[in-house]
Amino acid sequence: MSVTAPRLADPAPEQLRPTVSSRRVVATLLRKELLVELRTLESVPAMSLFSLATFVIFHFALNRGSVEGDLGAGILWVTLLFAAILGVNRLFVADAEQGGFDGFLLAPVDRSAMMVAKALTLLAYLLVLELVAVPAFAILLLGPSLWPALGGIALTLLLGDLGVAVIGTLVGALAVRTRARDLLGPLLSLPLFVPIVIGGARATAPLLAYAHRGGLSGRWLATLGVYDLLFGLIAYALFDFLLED
Amino acid sequence: MYPKGLRALSISTVVAMTAALALVFFYAPLEAEQGFLQKIFYVHVPLAIISLCGFVLGGVLAIQHLRTRDPRWDLRSYVVIHISIVFAMATLITGSIWAKGSWGHWWVWSEPTLVSFLIVFLLYATYQPLRFAIEDPERQSRYASVFAVTAGAFVPMNFIAVRMSTAYLHPRVLGSTSNLPGSMALTFLVSLLAMTLLFATLCNYELTAKRARARLRALKRRLAAEGEPQRTPRSAAPAALPVQPSTAGTAS
Amino acid sequence: MTRRYGEREALRDVSLSLPAGRTLVVFGPNGAGKTTLLRVLATLLRPHAGRVEVLGAGLPDDGWRVRGRIGLLGHEPLLYRELSAAENLSFHASLHDIRKSRVEEVLEAVAMTARAQEPIRHLSRGMVQRVAVARAVLHEPDLLLLDEPYANLDPAAVELVAPLIGPESGRTRVVCSHDPGGGMAEADLVLGLREGRVALLAEAPAVSSEQVTELYQ
Repeated sequence: MSVTAPRLADPAPEQLRPTVSSRRVVATLLRKELLVELRTLESVPAMSLFSLATFVIFHFALNRGSVEGDLGAGILWVTLLFAAILGVNRLFVADAEQGGFDGFLLAPVDRSAMMVAKALTLLAYLLVLELVAVPAFAILLLGPSLWPALGGIALTLLLGDLGVAVIGTLVGALAVRTRARDLLGPLLSLPLFVPIVIGGARATAPLLAYAHRGGLSGRWLATLGVYDLLFGLIAYALFDFLLED
Repeated sequence: MYPKGLRALSISTVVAMTAALALVFFYAPLEAEQGFLQKIFYVHVPLAIISLCGFVLGGVLAIQHLRTRDPRWDLRSYVVIHISIVFAMATLITGSIWAKGSWGHWWVWSEPTLVSFLIVFLLYATYQPLRFAIEDPERQSRYASVFAVTAGAFVPMNFIAVRMSTAYLHPRVLGSTSNLPGSMALTFLVSLLAMTLLFATLCNYELTAKRARARLRALKRRLAAEGEPQRTPRSAAPAALPVQPSTAGTAS
Repeated sequence: MTRRYGEREALRDVSLSLPAGRTLVVFGPNGAGKTTLLRVLATLLRPHAGRVEVLGAGLPDDGWRVRGRIGLLGHEPLLYRELSAAENLSFHASLHDIRKSRVEEVLEAVAMTARAQEPIRHLSRGMVQRVAVARAVLHEPDLLLLDEPYANLDPAAVELVAPLIGPESGRTRVVCSHDPGGGMAEADLVLGLREGRVALLAEAPAVSSEQVTELYQ
C-alpha cells in the first residue's frame, strides 16, 4: 500500500526535515519533566517525606539513638534506595497515561534522547532528595559529625545516584506498560541495585565511623563508576526497543 | 515431531550422568575434612557454572532477537533462561545442604558464590511475572529480551561486586578447582560434562514441546470457523509463532 | 500488508494506494482495525508482512525519514494535563524544530488564544480536542491521519478546524469515521474494514450509503 504527498509540496531530498539535534531534544524533554513535577509535586516531596519517616522507623526498629560506621552507612543507603524506588515508579506514569510516548514517537528525533532526559530527571530528584535526607540523617540518627566527611560522602552519593538513575530509567520504562507496574518496578530494581549498595555502603562506612576515620576508598568508587558506565551504555542501547510498538 | 539429534542427545546425557554418578560414588576419594558430604561439590559446582553460563547465553540470544525481530530467538532465549532458573534453584538448594553439613548453618554470607546466586535468582525470578504482565505477545518478547540482556550483563558484574565485598571467613572451597588431585578433577570434569548435556537436552525438550503446542494451536485455528474470535489465553511463554516466509519490509 | 497481535491478525491483506492530496475515509465497526491501520501509517506500529510506503518511505526501515511530515490526531489528545495549551504546543514545536510564532498561529486558528495559559485539565473536552487539532497541524504535515476528528466538537468548532484538517486543507488525508453521511461527503476513496479484512474498497462516487451501513451489521 502507498500513501503519497501532494506533488507540488514534495520537498527535494536535501530539504527533508533534518532530525532535531539530540542535545536540544534532551533539553526540551528535561524542561517538560521539571515543569510537570513543579506543578504536580508528585515525586520529590513524597520521596523526601518517605526518607524522614524511614529514619524514624529505623530508630524504633533498631532501638538506637545514634548509629555510625557500617550500621550508619547501611541505614542511609537503604533509605535512599527505597525512596528512589518511589521516584522510579512515578517516572514514566504521566507519559504512559497521557499519551506522552506517542507524542514523542511522532517527532523526528533520536529516541534515546528520552532515556538521557529521564535519567537526568531522576538524578535531579535524587539530588534534591539527598539535600533533605542527608542532613535529616545527620540530625536524627548519625552519631559522628557529618562535616569532615562531607566531600567524600557527596562524591559517593553522586556516583551511586548515577547508577540508580540509569537503572531506574530502564526499569521504569520496562515496568510502566505492564499490568503490575507498581510491583514489577521494585522487584526488578532491587537486585540490580545490590552492587550499588555494596559499593556505596562500603565506601561510606569508614567516613561515618568514630574510630579511625577512614579515607575515601578508591576501590569502591571505581566499582561504582564502572557499574554506572556499563549500565549507562546498556540502557542507552536498549531504550529504543522499549518505546516502539 | 522430534528434531533429529534429540534421541542421540538424550542417550548421551543418560550415559554421561550414569558415568558421573558412578565416578562420584565409587571412584572419587573421600575428602579428609568434610567426608562424604563433600561429594555434593560434584553436583553443586557444575550446576552453578552451567546456570551462570545459561543466563549469559539467554542474554546473547535475546540480543539476536532484538536485532532480527525473529520470534524464534526469543523462544530460545526464554527456554534457556527457564532451565537456568531451575538449575539456579538447584544450586541454591545443594549449596545450602552443603553449608548445613559443613558449617552447621543453612545459609552462610561468607560464601560469595552462594550469595551472588541468591541475588541473581531474585532477579530472574521476575522474568516470568514480567512476561505474564504483558499481553501483547510481540511486546512481551521485546521487553523480555531487554530484560534478558540487562540481566545477562548484570550476572558477571554482580559476581565481581559480591566477591569484593565478602570477607574471607571460611576457606573457599567452591572456587578452588585448580588444585584438585587428579581423581577429583576427572570426576569433576565428567560431572560438568554430564550437567552440560543435561542442560542441552532439557532445553531441546522444552523447545520441542513449545513448538508442538504452537503447531497444534495453528491447526486448531484453521479448523475453527473463519471469523470466530480466538481467545488466546494469557501466558508467560512466547507464542512460538510458526515461521513466516516473509517478514516486514519485503514485497507483498 | 498485515499486522498481527500475537496469533490474531489485527489487519490482514489490506491493500490500497492513496494518491497525493486525496482523502481516504475508513469505515468499520469497533475493533475492525481502523486505529491499527492509522498507527501503522503513522510509523508507530511496524507492519508484520507486506510492503508499506508512506510519503515515499518504506516502513519500517525508512519511517524515520518522514516522521516529521505526518500529523496524527488519535483518540488521545497527546497533551500533558498539567501543562497549558501553550506549553504543550511549545513542547511539540521544539521537538519538531518549528519556530515559536507558529504556536501562536495555530492557537489563533483554533480560537484558543484566550485560554492558552490554563492547564489542559481545566479545559472542556471540546477545547481539548481543538488544542489537539492544533498539535496535529503544528508542523504543517503533508499527511494527516485523523481518527474520528470531529468526535467532541460542536458544529461551530467543526467549521473552525475545517480549513486545518478538512478537505480544503489540501493535504493528503486518511480519516476514520463512524458517520456515513459526513464521511462520504469528504471522501475520494472509501475503505471498509471488517475484522481486519478489506470488506469494501472503491472510489467514493461508486459507493452507496447502504454499502457503508452494511459494514456495521
